[in-house]
Amino acid sequence: MAERAYGMLGEFESSEALLAAARQARAAGYRELDAFTPFPVEGLARILKIQRPTISLVGLISAFAGGGTALLMQVFVNYDYPLNVGGRPVYALSAFAVVTFELTILFSAVAMVVAMLWQNGLPRLNHPIFAAARFHLASKDRFILCVKSEDPMFDEQETAVFLAGAGAASVERVPP
Amino acid sequence: MSDRNDILPTRQTMAGIADQLTGIPLHFPAERRWVIAMAFASALLLLLMISMTELFTRGVGIWGINIPVNWAFAIHNYVWWLGIGHAGTLISALLLLTGSEWRNSLNRFAETMTLFAVVCAGIYPILHLGRPWYVYWMFPYPATMGVWPQFRSPLEWDIWAVLTYLTVSLVFWYTGLIPDLAAARDRATKRGWQIFFGITSLGWRGAAIHWLRWSQAYRVTAALAVPLVVSVHSEVSLLFASGQIPGWHSTIFPPYFVLGAAFSGFAVVAIIAVALRSWFGLRNLVTDDHLDVLGKVLLATGLMTGYGYVFEVFDALYSGEAHEMRTLLDRVAGVYAWTYWGAVLFNFVPLQALWWRGVRRSGWALLLISISVAVGMWLERDMILVTSLYRDFLVSSWSKFTPTFWDWSTYLGTIGLFLVPFLIAIRIIPMISIFETKELLHEEKEKGHHG
Repeated sequence: MAERAYGMLGEFESSEALLAAARQARAAGYRELDAFTPFPVEGLARILKIQRPTISLVGLISAFAGGGTALLMQVFVNYDYPLNVGGRPVYALSAFAVVTFELTILFSAVAMVVAMLWQNGLPRLNHPIFAAARFHLASKDRFILCVKSEDPMFDEQETAVFLAGAGAASVERVPP
Repeated sequence: MSDRNDILPTRQTMAGIADQLTGIPLHFPAERRWVIAMAFASALLLLLMISMTELFTRGVGIWGINIPVNWAFAIHNYVWWLGIGHAGTLISALLLLTGSEWRNSLNRFAETMTLFAVVCAGIYPILHLGRPWYVYWMFPYPATMGVWPQFRSPLEWDIWAVLTYLTVSLVFWYTGLIPDLAAARDRATKRGWQIFFGITSLGWRGAAIHWLRWSQAYRVTAALAVPLVVSVHSEVSLLFASGQIPGWHSTIFPPYFVLGAAFSGFAVVAIIAVALRSWFGLRNLVTDDHLDVLGKVLLATGLMTGYGYVFEVFDALYSGEAHEMRTLLDRVAGVYAWTYWGAVLFNFVPLQALWWRGVRRSGWALLLISISVAVGMWLERDMILVTSLYRDFLVSSWSKFTPTFWDWSTYLGTIGLFLVPFLIAIRIIPMISIFETKELLHEEKEKGHHG
């Protein structure tokens, strides 16, 4: 028996065609679907039943972490080595505001991008999908729907026929 | 933009845009001009290296600074460069959030500009330290002396603000770049480019879930970057406003500085937009409509800066404080009055031509006006520093400031420090956001279909 393929790709010429095909695939019972597009396509996540990402939550938590770190740091250094400047308060929250704000933003922004890459499994040097001959068009002007072989309904012949029937301009098997 | 007026010509195709924009790094079209520009920029960078060597060997005494004018070119150019950087973030982040379509052709090089302008700004306070090798004293580390940085001083805030700004700008720029690096990777035919873009694109493949997470990260970072810009330049203005020097000690400084920063930055964005589009034949992407909007934004921020000028005068008059009034008089009629009137002239007089639509849509006119604004804002930053410092409270400490050769050479050198990495960036990365342009084209075509 030949090795099990990674999946089957259908190539579509517009985002509307892709959305329609993805809807059909869901209706036909396919569950392990993925789509590759040159830009974010609105509505795709809803059809593919992708959960809302948690990046902004990471950002919020990191924002508090950043603000808290900055505030604690400034309070601590002033506690550890109090400088009396003309009798002004040592714990001057208004003077700590700038650094606190900057670190809030710094922690939040960096954490969100790291979380985005982490959750996406990036960076990685290779991926089975890159072996597909027409995959490079997904960064140009083609919209690609992929039925993965983990799908219980996956069958090389049937899935290929299904994708062609859903309007794919070309269908390609992705080697494992 | 109204629905009927598409900002991008809809006759082009997505494939055409991808090939055109990835083609600039992959099959560089203007080799000779690039080499000439690079030679010029490298010469300036060399000048900076020489100036820095001289500075590190002999100390800040080689500059024209003295007591009382102890902050002159170094801090004035620092503020100028940082201000230029801010427009890149505003175009990219603020206009992303407001959904302004015209941003998509400008954001990439505007962000690149930000990055290198902030680098130019960032080296100045370090050069100005006198003992720059002690710059690490600014960081809270457990020193053997048991002391810590003074967190209640704006000078300490500064390093946190600038480093945060640099890091967040870099992260935002790179996040936006990843999908385009992947597009370039997929178009690359030569082995070297394939490896370069293969590694830098981090294995991006445009999967639906990736786009979803990416969009969220990108948009929320943008939302953070906007208040960051305001905070950073407000903090810079507090370097001045927290002191008691007449002409600085005013609550108008933060907004005045932030608006001036946006004004000078948009001018430089316009300069780069006009230069790049004629250099690489990008008229189909950076259209006359883009220049039109840039011109309007320049005019608006210019008028707001003008409002700052008026209120600065009002502030001094309304305070009735003798030293404030004296500084005001020094500004408009002192030995450095030429910097004040020069700033007014270069900033606001040619700017008025932008009221006319024809002027805004002409690349040359916009270029000349923008250069005038960059010069005007440079004079303004100089004016704010020198006219306040050279005559402060005690007559016995009055003095003058004359820039030396090394002041000028360091300043010109930082232009090299800006241009060299910028030219390298033009050479190796797509200078207009490919996927955002395609997204916009797609939306415009959609609207066209549905009438």
